[in-house]
Amino acid sequence: MSIVTVQLGQCGNQIGFEVFDALFSDSHCPQGLCSKRENEAYQASCKERFFSEEENGVPIARAVLVDMEPKVINQTLSKAAHSGRWKYGQHSCFCQKQGSGNNWAYGYSVHGPRHEESIMNLIQKEVEKCDSLNGFLIIMSMAGGTGSGLGAFVTQNLQDRYSNSLKMNQIIWPYGTGEVIVQNYNSILTLSHLYRSSDALLIHENDAVHKICAKLMNIKQISFRDINQVLAHQLGSVFQPTYSGEGSFHYRRNPLGDLMENLVPHPEFKMLGVRNIPQMSENSLAYSTFTWAGLLKHLRQMLISNAKMEEGIDWQVRPPLSGLPMLGKMSLNKEFHFNTSIANLVILRGKDVHSAELGAFKDPALYTSWLEPVHAFSVWKTQRAFSKYEKSAALVSNSQFLVKPLDMIVGKAWNMFASKAYIHQYTKFGIEEEDFLDSFTLLEQVIASYCNLGF
Amino acid sequence: MEEGVVNEILQGPLRDVFDSKQLITDISGSGNNWAVGHKVFGSLYQEQILEKLRKSAEHCDCLQCFFVIHSMGGGTGSGLGTFLLKVLEDEFPEVYRFVTSVYPSGEDDVITSPYNSMLAMKELNEHADCVLPIDNQSLFDIISKIDLMVNSGKLGTAIKPKSLVTSSAGAFKKRQEKPFDAMNNIVANLLLNLTSSARFEGSLNMDLNEISMNLVPFPQLHYLVSSLTPLYTLADVNIPSRRLDQMFSDAFSKDHQLIQADPKHSLYLACALMVRGNVQISDLRRNIERLKPSLRFVSWNQEGWKTSLCSVPPVGHSHSLLALANNTCVKPTFIELRERFTRLYKKRAHLHHYLQIEGMEESCFTEAMSSLSALIQEYNQLDATKSMPAEDLPRLRVAV
Repeated sequence: MSIVTVQLGQCGNQIGFEVFDALFSDSHCPQGLCSKRENEAYQASCKERFFSEEENGVPIARAVLVDMEPKVINQTLSKAAHSGRWKYGQHSCFCQKQGSGNNWAYGYSVHGPRHEESIMNLIQKEVEKCDSLNGFLIIMSMAGGTGSGLGAFVTQNLQDRYSNSLKMNQIIWPYGTGEVIVQNYNSILTLSHLYRSSDALLIHENDAVHKICAKLMNIKQISFRDINQVLAHQLGSVFQPTYSGEGSFHYRRNPLGDLMENLVPHPEFKMLGVRNIPQMSENSLAYSTFTWAGLLKHLRQMLISNAKMEEGIDWQVRPPLSGLPMLGKMSLNKEFHFNTSIANLVILRGKDVHSAELGAFKDPALYTSWLEPVHAFSVWKTQRAFSKYEKSAALVSNSQFLVKPLDMIVGKAWNMFASKAYIHQYTKFGIEEEDFLDSFTLLEQVIASYCNLGF
Repeated sequence: MEEGVVNEILQGPLRDVFDSKQLITDISGSGNNWAVGHKVFGSLYQEQILEKLRKSAEHCDCLQCFFVIHSMGGGTGSGLGTFLLKVLEDEFPEVYRFVTSVYPSGEDDVITSPYNSMLAMKELNEHADCVLPIDNQSLFDIISKIDLMVNSGKLGTAIKPKSLVTSSAGAFKKRQEKPFDAMNNIVANLLLNLTSSARFEGSLNMDLNEISMNLVPFPQLHYLVSSLTPLYTLADVNIPSRRLDQMFSDAFSKDHQLIQADPKHSLYLACALMVRGNVQISDLRRNIERLKPSLRFVSWNQEGWKTSLCSVPPVGHSHSLLALANNTCVKPTFIELRERFTRLYKKRAHLHHYLQIEGMEESCFTEAMSSLSALIQEYNQLDATKSMPAEDLPRLRVAV
């Protein structure tokens, strides 16, 4: 089954390119550490999911590129074409001239309705190329105007027109300090709208990825390209093919559906985070060896202590002793807070994958009480190594990972809203104070729900 | 409204760049009288102006922004210029209006400049989206600083010839006679850097509409203090990252502002950093972290930074930075303006030149004065919050 990707705005397009590039490079990587037949099956599955075929054999990404100004799309198209290995469809992009001015209201209320037909037609054409559609991956940022505002509008449209297909939004959480001054407004408007129309929100935080680049990859002068490549690696480790079940050697056909089924049991809880291990520069890779036991131990501790990467993990955090009640509600200020999960998905790729021992992830103490661990925890596996890592593990988690960042954004947006600063820029295009209040209410509700998971 | 300057341009090296049909000139000038520029020439040339604007706009695929470049102290730029603003607002309401205004300095030789500036301020308050105030004193100080560096001839610190912000062929010698060329060059660089992200690629683009969106929290407060660095590049091929950090520090120093203002000791409402050249996001973030503690931001915008990265640096430099700040440090400029105006107005000096123009009454002056006072009052209110601690307001509570 195929996935159609919609890339929105500068961020969405820049990242989209890196994602397709990572997917392609990995599927053609000679160090798959598996049999030739296995490799071919992997390649074929990846291809079916993400690429369609052209006459002269160059695969075309199943993607629609949307931006309100032309520079980034032109760059993205030419970068792909120059690589000579894959490219974007010639007519897969929609572009305007004037941008959205970092204004969510402009993206949502002006660009959205104005260009609805053109954009949805492009998406329809891409969908028609698929033998069978698994769903949509929408890559966007929250801080700007196009990705956030137009992204929310497009997602809503997808819900209306393709109600049977799944939609997963890849959302880029901006740096805490200053990419865009009105980023908090744009973020809360985006999140509240997506909560109503998307099936799952897979969230990537710029601050976290930046730290990975600095500490784990040892990059001195970190550029957005570096950040996007780490992000693409994380996404690739989730979406590349995996076996469809325990003991099977056929590749899973419905990744989005399986993911939603495993991780989003309740519509109130849609926020997913990704962690992966190991993550290091290519130079160090040649000198490192890994064991599944070691990787999984770190990954589990990253989960329960809410660490964003494998360095600096707080090993003091322990799951509460089962049977004893949690002492008091989750305080957002507590240092040693234990991260309660609703559901977790661990994806293992590489050598001896079947020998990996996952019992520690099935501990009921990790989860809320209303789901049995057998339902709350799932595993996907493949022997085929990912992107030159002999063994690698990814964790997609629906847990309290994102409560603190969400709370911070809502707090800052609220402070600014109380002073009414910048509101005139939004009311100019039809987003009223009421819309802001609705968004605040919805998100406070989400924060409260996640905070209470410990019970 | 006189022919001399325009003719000079038409005979100069850039004569082919300007479309001679898109020029409007008159003979006698505005006599440094805002009323003549605004009311007399305004009504006289309104049709012509509209026609030429429409023609230019037709050539554009997508018109985003108008730049109005003028001075506040004279008659044409000030009067006709602000008349134009109203025309633009009526005719092209969706297009942004950016105004680069040269404010009169302390030793200004035009006697009526306080009147002209005050009357123009009202129009700027009401019809401009964004104003970049500039004053000649600051520009002069900057070029003096450059001259000092050039002429000091310190051992081993030769300046790359093409890297001067004010470079133009043979500019050094002529500096004494024609300082305005060099000073204007600085403003030109300001506009270049402002539009760089719209013209060139980069990893974090910033269009002109984003400037207004991010830097104007309330419609009235749209005055942005600008500063440009570096002013020159040393011939050192090896540029260590300390030089890069120095660039950021300079952008916040008094000496690099294009208007007499001290942003570091006033309150920031918002700040934008537009970086060009080989600078990456980590360099940007490192410097913001470094400089943040010494800057005071308003309580509801503690992280009020807007950043952009453009890959292409200006000619002769490896990187450059334009900082635009919405900061209460513009207040002294306005207060001084008001004082100079009041001194003249109290004596009713030269007033008859204005009142004899049809459509001008004393109320125009008093209204302009209250408009400016209201603006100053808004800045005062914000300044009053400077010393108050940032409080977290109680949030919405939801039933779970």
